[in-house]
Amino acid sequence: MPSESPIRLSAEQACVRFGRLDALGPIDLSVRAGECVVLLGPSGCGKSTLLAALAGLQAVASGKVQADATGGLDIPGVVFQEPNLMNWATAEDNVALPLALLGVDKDARLERAQAALKRVGLASFASAYPRTLSGGMRMRVALARALVNDPSSLLLDEPFAAIDELGRRALDDLVLEAKRDHHLAVLFVTHSVDEAVYLADRILVLSPRPGRIMAEIAVPNVPRDPAFLTSPAFADAAAAARRVLSAQLVAA
Amino acid sequence: MKSIDFAPILAGLLMLALWEGLTRFFQVPSVILPPPSAIGAALVERGPLLLPAAGVTMGLALTALAISIGLGTLVALIFARIPLLERSLGPYALVLQATPIVAIAPLVIIWTGIENPRRAILILAVIVAVFPVLTSALAGLKAVDPGLDRLFRLHKASSTQRFLRLELPTAAPFLLAGIKTAAGLSLVGVVVAEFVAGTGATGGLSWRLVEAGNRLETATMFAALFLLALMGLALHAVLSLIERQMRT
Repeated sequence: MPSESPIRLSAEQACVRFGRLDALGPIDLSVRAGECVVLLGPSGCGKSTLLAALAGLQAVASGKVQADATGGLDIPGVVFQEPNLMNWATAEDNVALPLALLGVDKDARLERAQAALKRVGLASFASAYPRTLSGGMRMRVALARALVNDPSSLLLDEPFAAIDELGRRALDDLVLEAKRDHHLAVLFVTHSVDEAVYLADRILVLSPRPGRIMAEIAVPNVPRDPAFLTSPAFADAAAAARRVLSAQLVAA
Repeated sequence: MKSIDFAPILAGLLMLALWEGLTRFFQVPSVILPPPSAIGAALVERGPLLLPAAGVTMGLALTALAISIGLGTLVALIFARIPLLERSLGPYALVLQATPIVAIAPLVIIWTGIENPRRAILILAVIVAVFPVLTSALAGLKAVDPGLDRLFRLHKASSTQRFLRLELPTAAPFLLAGIKTAAGLSLVGVVVAEFVAGTGATGGLSWRLVEAGNRLETATMFAALFLLALMGLALHAVLSLIERQMRT
């Protein structure tokens, strides 16, 4: 990752508290345009909380978080654990929601929604209702919705955990494609070490609550294709991540 | 296309035949239990009197339903926006709901004046029908999916956008279920209120029922009851159709 790319997501000494409970931090983090950083860590360590703070959905108790954006919008694209689709609206209306909330006129927003659906391989499902779509397709709609207003950063919170291996790989590829084509800064939370290595330029391993960054693992910049999954580079990065996670388990 | 279930139609015809046969066989006096053929004849003969009366009752029930939908939804919206108000007034609404309408009727008639039976009937029917709308709309407004709620917060939706694009569509199926209950209750409310008002001034179907009872015209009473049941069924059918349309 060229170090001159602008920083799109950043946290400086960010801490989150829920009442008296220290949930996260202090954490320092930065994600540059065109970079994918994956957060790994035990359940409850604050990975989702960090994402929520960067999305502006969770206030920080101290420190600073910032999702810098272009185009006058300061809203990053977010994909949650659930697709969170409106059951009463078609796929294209769901995708167009962020634009509708911005007051973009109907024709323009539907045109952009259709383009976003095409990007995730659902061009022919624009008028389908969520209940008629599979779990993987619903997640694609959620991804299209996160990309529809051309954000400069993308936050994903274990979005594909409930999807089968092949479907998950296809969705991971869509994320990588969006990152590459739109020079997005991507912050991705997952429990899967393999998924982390496949997606990441850097993996950050968090400690148990309150989550702090315990280790940073760089993944070699090689093409993400089926050959990568069986390469020594993949095995080395996965082993390094598992070592840090296992050490946490022993310490706990 | 849904196929028609003939079982209830056959059962109904069988019961009517049994009714007809037994009343004729045992020669039951018509004033106690007229056979269905006599009720049919009364329906034809008294039709010119009963049908306009049914129209009046139906008109009152539909007006009461419309007022209940507007009022119930409005109060639900206010309660959803101001939870303190719901907590403060909710128990009193429950008291009003739990008090039998027949007991409230004489008071309402005194307040509206004996010369305004139509107003009294509407108020009483609304008191009965408004609560299902209120409670279902309130439940619907509170049933917003937490994930969608986060999404709307992420995109900094205004409260109007939130209401129109999230709360209202979420509440719609709940509201429709409440309206279905309210439709039946508004008809019940009008009929009971017409009885209690004890006046023919509105010319509703209940008054024709009382009138026929006083004259021991039992077949006409049954004919009026048949029309009432038909009206209730029609309301239910229309609302079920709307509900089905919303689901597809």
